[in-house]
Formats: sequence, C-alpha cells, structure tokens
Amino acid sequence: MTDLVINPTQSRPWGKILLRALLFALLGLFALFYLMPLFVMVTTSLKSLEEIRTGSLIAFPREITFEAWRTAWSGACTGIQCEGLRPYFWNSVVLAIPAVLISTVVGALNGYVIAQWRFRGANLIFSLLLFGCFIPFQVVLLPMARMLGLMGLAGTIPGLIFVHVIYGIGFTTLFFRNYYVTIPQELVKAAKVDGAGFFRIFWSIFLPLSLPIIVVTVIWQFTQIWNDFLFGVSFSQAGTQPVTVALNNIVNSTTGVKEYNVDMAAAIIAALPTLLVYVVAGKYFIRGLTAGSVKG
Amino acid sequence: MAPILDIKNLYKNYGPVEILKDINVAIEPGDFLVLVGPSGCGKSTLLNCIAGLEPITDGTIHIGGRDMTHVSPKDRDIAMVFQSYALYPTMSVAKNITFGMKVRGVDAATQERKLQEVAGQLQIEQLLHRRPGQLSGGQRQRVAMGRALVRDPKLFLFDEPLSNLDAKLRVEMRTEIKKLHQNLGATMVYVTHDQIEAMTLATKIVVLKGGIVQQIGSPAEIYNRPANLFVADFMGSPAMNLIPARAKPNGTGTQIEISRDGEAPLVLTDTQAPDLPEDVILGLRPEDIAEAGFRAGESVQKAECLIEMVEPAGADTFVVSHLGGKQVTARLHAETSAQSGKTLPLAFDLSKVSYFAPESGDRLN
Repeated sequence: MTDLVINPTQSRPWGKILLRALLFALLGLFALFYLMPLFVMVTTSLKSLEEIRTGSLIAFPREITFEAWRTAWSGACTGIQCEGLRPYFWNSVVLAIPAVLISTVVGALNGYVIAQWRFRGANLIFSLLLFGCFIPFQVVLLPMARMLGLMGLAGTIPGLIFVHVIYGIGFTTLFFRNYYVTIPQELVKAAKVDGAGFFRIFWSIFLPLSLPIIVVTVIWQFTQIWNDFLFGVSFSQAGTQPVTVALNNIVNSTTGVKEYNVDMAAAIIAALPTLLVYVVAGKYFIRGLTAGSVKG
Repeated sequence: MAPILDIKNLYKNYGPVEILKDINVAIEPGDFLVLVGPSGCGKSTLLNCIAGLEPITDGTIHIGGRDMTHVSPKDRDIAMVFQSYALYPTMSVAKNITFGMKVRGVDAATQERKLQEVAGQLQIEQLLHRRPGQLSGGQRQRVAMGRALVRDPKLFLFDEPLSNLDAKLRVEMRTEIKKLHQNLGATMVYVTHDQIEAMTLATKIVVLKGGIVQQIGSPAEIYNRPANLFVADFMGSPAMNLIPARAKPNGTGTQIEISRDGEAPLVLTDTQAPDLPEDVILGLRPEDIAEAGFRAGESVQKAECLIEMVEPAGADTFVVSHLGGKQVTARLHAETSAQSGKTLPLAFDLSKVSYFAPESGDRLN
C-alpha cells in the first residue's frame, strides 16, 4: 500500500522541478541577452574616458562618475553650440505633449463619428484615413515642406506639431474607431431620445468608457513623436530641433576623441521619457489593446 | 378623441430597397399598440421612425396632434426602451434614470423626487448606486423602464424589451408591463416577434410582413378572423390548421370536402358559409377541433379520424391527424383516450372556421 502511494508522488515532482528549472534558465538567458546593450550603455556612461580606453567593454566601472551625464545634459557640443541636450530635450517636451494631446482628441472625435454616426461615405473616409497610415514618411517630406512654408510655420515647433498631428490622425482614428465600433449603437439612440446632442453624448457616455484606448493611443503617439527623427531633422532649424536630432549631432559632430561615455548618457537621457511612459501606463496598454480587439 | 399617434402613408426606403410601404396606423390615448411580425419585416424600423431615429421617405407622423415628421427625437415627447436596454455603462442606476432630466436642465430637487417615485414604483430603490454591469438581466430591464417612466412622455416605445430574458422572467416582466400600462393609463407602442406577447399585451395589433401591414385589429379580431393566410399561420401556437378543401353548394349549405389518404374524403356541411370558389383553404384553430362529445352546437360536425401522434402537454393533449395532405392538430382534454394509430371521433366547430383563397391567401368569409 505504501508503494502505491509513494511511487507517483516521488517521480512526478522531480520531473516537474527539472522542467521548471530549465524553463527559468532559458528565460533568464533571453533576459540577459536583451539587457546586455542596456548594461553596456549604463556602465559605459558611468565610466571615465580613461577607464573606457583601458578597460573592457563589459566590465563594471571601477570608479563611478556622473561627469558624462552632466556633460550630456548641459555641456556637450552639437556643432558649434555646447549646451548639451537640455534645450533640445525641452523642445521635444514642448513638441510632443501638444502633438499627442491634439492628435488623440481629434482621433477620438473621428472614431466616434465614424463608428457611431454612420453618415454617407463614412466607410470611404475611414478607408482613406487608414490608407494614410501606410504612406511612407519620405513621400510626404517635400509637399509638407512646401505646405509649412506657405503656412509660415517652416522651421518652427508649431510646424512640427502640425506635421505630427496630421500624420498621427490616421492611427489615432483607427484606434478609437475600432474601440467605439464595439459599443452598441442603441446607446447613442437612447441618449438621443434622452435629449443629448452630439458632444454631450461623446462627453458623458463615450469618453468615460475610453480610458483603456486613450492610454493605448497616448503611448503609441508619444513613442512615435518622441522617437521621430526624420520629420525632426527635415522641418526644424537650429534652436527648434528635437532631442533625437540633437543626439545625432552630439554623436556625429564631435571631432578628435570620441566621448563614448557622453554619447551613452545622452542616448539614455533621450530614451528615458518613452521608458517612463511604458512603466507608468504599460499595464493599461495591454489591457486596452485586448479590450479593443476581443470584445467585438 | 384625437388620436395620440397618427401615421399616414408612411414609406421608408434604404436606397432602392423599400423597407416600409404605405403604413397607416392611428391609436387613441391609453392604447397598447403591438407591432408584430417575423424578423426583417420592418417592425423595429417603424418604431425607430416613430421615435425619429430614422428619417422617413414619405408620409407623416403626428404625435399628440402635432406634426412630428421632421422633429428630432428629443422633442417628440417620447421615451424608449431598447432590446439591449442601452444603459449608460459608466453611470450609476440613479444617474442613468436622471440623465435625460439633467440634459434638459430639470432642477436637482425635481430630479430627486421623480427618481424616488420611479424607483419605488419599480422596486429598484436598493439598486440606485450600482452600475449596470452589476445588475442581473431582469434588474437592467427595470432600470431601462425606469429611465422611460421618469420622463412621463406622451408615448412609450418598446423595442423587443423582453427578448434577452429567460423564459420565466419574460412571463413575469410581461405581466409587469401590462400592470404598468393599466396603472399609468399610458399609451405604448411595443415591438415583438413573439405572438404570445402580442396577444397578451395589446389592445391593438399590427401584423407586418415584408414592410406591408397585413392586418390591424384587436387581439380577438386578429386571432379569430385573420385577414389572410400569413396572419392565420403567424398568430397562435400551435398554428391554425390550414387544410386544402373543395367547396360545393348544396340545398342547405355548402359541402366541404377534404381528401384523405387511402380513405373516403371527409365531408363537412357548413350552413353559414358564404359563396365560396371551388378550391378553398379551410382554417380551424386546434381548439376548434375537439373530441366528439365535448363540444356541442349546431355547427359542430363529427368525423372519425386516424390519429397519428399524441402529444400530452400537461393541461392539454395535442393529437395530430392527416387531412387534405396536411398535418392537422387538435387540442383535446388532458384525459383524452386518444391513442396513436387508432381512430377517434373528432368534432369540428365550423362556427369558428375561416376560409381563404388558395392563390391570394385572402380571407373569404
């Protein structure tokens, strides 16, 4: 009788534990692999130039110094000026926040109209907006430059905001439309009978439902706009460049000894805001993506 | 009294497709109008047209004596209950009920008083702070009705409000709607595909098929004197027996001859029948075919019929026979001695008979 009880309980946990251990080992290996570049960036940014030259790439810093970070932030040279990333970082903030907000609001209204107020030609307009998502950046550069010139916005931050809003509307409309299409049409009918108008229904009924998709849209748009390089380099001039362009200038325009520690610190600084947005709103991101697609 | 809802020559097209054709309906205050028909017959579209949620192609709609044909839904003095209830998901029950008043700028004290009134009426006081997602189907139904009741409109519109409930709850809510109608004396328009709901609730029924009105009348009229084969077949469960027959006038009345497989034809004599063409379709409800001896009267005719199937249903027993090439169902007492495969004398009550023309389907008597 003891045999009967002991045998299965003895063999099973060992096999299970072994499998588990293998699984974790494999996952750990992948994690290490993906974290390696970040590790190199962080450690290099904390080393002095002297140590970088003499030490190994993957070694821990012998002496931690934040000198490179200070230089990257406020002293590194982008061509002739040597103000570091700071002014450009603020350019990006001033650029990204309105661009994200405006494109999200316009996308929400567009999606609401296309999904819930089916007017003649709504599907055609939606198809065209969708088509806009697939137009390569390069194609719009020249016409856009001409447009900005005509509007008197060439080389300004409002001009860049305009470009990002226009380019983002296709995506934000797609997100909101697909989310709102899963909401029954009877809701709008009921509100109409209750006496509510177009904006009242949007504000009181649809917006409170939209948190997950707003988070998705904000993350998407913020990442796109913050990380954009092509529009930034094409439509800005000295003084209005976003952080990505400044980073490029810091890395590529140094003469003489390459300051790897400064380059690494600058790259991390430029990437921090998007990282922050993911950490803060990441769980809503997954939730919002599935809420939009599964519910319908 | 002036009709409270008056629809004249209403047409509704979606592009080239005609959804509703020449609808004419009028109801008095306090009426309970039921629009009934199979799915896709246009009944919900008609309701949406009355509500103003769908523009109409031609015709007029008057509500309370005013021309509302081109008035927006919020100004039509109507309230509507939807099939999916359409409760606002992020608002509490109380906010759902008062949303309409809030939009219209009713003061807070009146809102609160009306809310309490309606909550008491529907017994949902303890639910007022919950969200719709935390309610059961029956509770959501009540809240949806509350949202309509609080408006105190000229016209209540119901779009299949019970079709999402389970069978037991549906019967309960049906009774409750009927009670509400009686207590409030309100005028209601109600869409359903369920003919039992139509029969139990309505004071007036409109039967629709393919966007065309088939018959308008009281439940009794629709049930006893269906205007055509479609109405006869659609209203009533089990459906009316529609038996092909041949009519021959003789001295005292009309002989109705129904062929039977491998047997002499069944011959009935109707002394009250009007002039009939030779080929007719005879319509008799299952309850108008009884076991001989249980039904008496001048126009009751007896005949031996072969019973093919016996289906006890508790209160009644249905037996199925074969006449004129059709299955014929009779509703008998629960204690019937009928046995399948044996003959049974059946009594046909010809005072309740309907005759239809086989081609056009129109009623002949």
